[in-house]
Amino acid sequence: MTPLMSARGLIKTYGATVALDSVDLDIQAGEILAVMGPSGSGKSTLMHCLAGVVRADSGQVRYGETELTTASDARLSALRRREFGFVFQFGRLVPELLCLENVALPLRMEGVRRREAERRAAGWLERLDVADCAGKRPGQISGGQGQRVAIARALVTEPRIVFADEPTGALDSLNGELVMRLLTRCAAEAGMAVVLVTHEPAVAAYSHREVVVRDGRIRTGTGVSR
Amino acid sequence: MSISHTLLALLEHGPCHGYDLKQAFDARFGHDRPLHYGQVYSTLARLLKHGLVEVDLVEPGAGPERKRYAITTAGVTDVEKWLAQPERPESYLQSTLFTKVVVALLTGRDAAGVLDVQRAAHLEAMRELTRRKTAGDLADALICDYAIFHLEADLRWLEMTTARLGRLGQEIRS
Repeated sequence: MTPLMSARGLIKTYGATVALDSVDLDIQAGEILAVMGPSGSGKSTLMHCLAGVVRADSGQVRYGETELTTASDARLSALRRREFGFVFQFGRLVPELLCLENVALPLRMEGVRRREAERRAAGWLERLDVADCAGKRPGQISGGQGQRVAIARALVTEPRIVFADEPTGALDSLNGELVMRLLTRCAAEAGMAVVLVTHEPAVAAYSHREVVVRDGRIRTGTGVSR
Repeated sequence: MSISHTLLALLEHGPCHGYDLKQAFDARFGHDRPLHYGQVYSTLARLLKHGLVEVDLVEPGAGPERKRYAITTAGVTDVEKWLAQPERPESYLQSTLFTKVVVALLTGRDAAGVLDVQRAAHLEAMRELTRRKTAGDLADALICDYAIFHLEADLRWLEMTTARLGRLGQEIRS
C-alpha cells in the first residue's frame, strides 16, 4: 500500500543541536500513529517537518505529488489549510470569536459562505459533544470543552492528516480520556490519519502503532498500521 | 483478591444460592478469571464453619437439595473490618526488569534495547486494555484503568532508566 505520507533521511539541526538525525517514517491513510519520546527528543521537530511548518535541512517528505522540503511557501500554506488539521496542547482559540465562529474560521478562510461554514461547524461541535458551547466565547467554557472545540476546528475542513501535539497535555485524566476517545472516533469515521505527538503512554495507547524518538532518531515501535 | 470476603460482601447484598453467588461474582469481578464451582462451595463451607454465614433456606430438588446462604452479624463485621484495612502497598523491589538491565550492562550488551523491547510490550498491553475499555461499560473502564495506570508506572520507570543508562553503566563497571 502506498503510504499517505513518506519521510526519508530527514535531518534538522538547530545550531550545534541535532534535532533529527536521518529519520525515515511512513504514514498510512487512516492510521493513528503515536510519536513518543522524552522532552527534547526531536518528536515535535519531526511533526513540524511532516506538517510543512519547518523545512528539514536535508531529506524528503513526500505527500501525494508534493515534495514538502522543496515546495513553495504558498503551496505549503495551502496544504496546511486544506489537507492538514492541527490540534495543540492549549486550544489556541480566538478569544474574541464565539466557539461556532472559531470552528467555522478555517472554512471561511477558504471562501466558504458564512451560513454554510457555520452549518458544518455546528455539525462538528455536535460530534464532539460540545454543541452547547456554540454561542459562548472560549473564555466562558472549561479547558476540556475548549480542547474539543479546537478539535472540531481542526477537523472541520476534513483534512487527510491531523497533527496533534500533546492534545491532552493541559487536561486532567478524565477530560484527557474523553478528548482522546472523541478525537480517535471522529478521525476513524472520517478516514483521517492522526499523527499524535505525546509523551504519555496512556494517550499513545489510543494509537494503532507508535514510534519512539530518542536523540533525534527513531527507536523501535510496535503496533500494526491499518 | 480475597475471594472469601468478596463472596461474603455479595451475601450481605442479599441471601443467595451457591450457583447464583458464582454468577454474581463472575458478572462483577470475574473479568479475566471466573470462579470454579468448587472454589465457591469450599469457601462457603469455610465461612459456615467460622459462623460468618448460615444456611437460611433448604429447598429439596430433583438432585441434591439446594441451600440458600445468608450472612451473619459476625460476617457483616468481618466485611467491615476487611474494607477498613488498607492493602499492603507492593514495592516490587526485586524487579526482573532491574535485573535484566544490570545483567545487560555487566555483560556489555545493549541495555537500551532491553528497555525498548519491554516498553513496546507494555504499550501493546496498554493498547489492548484501552480497546477493551473503550468498548466496555463503566465497570470495564474501572478495571482496565487500574491495569493501565500500573503499566504506566512501569513505563515511567523504563523511561527514567533509559535516561540514566549512561551513569548506571559507569557505576556498574567501576
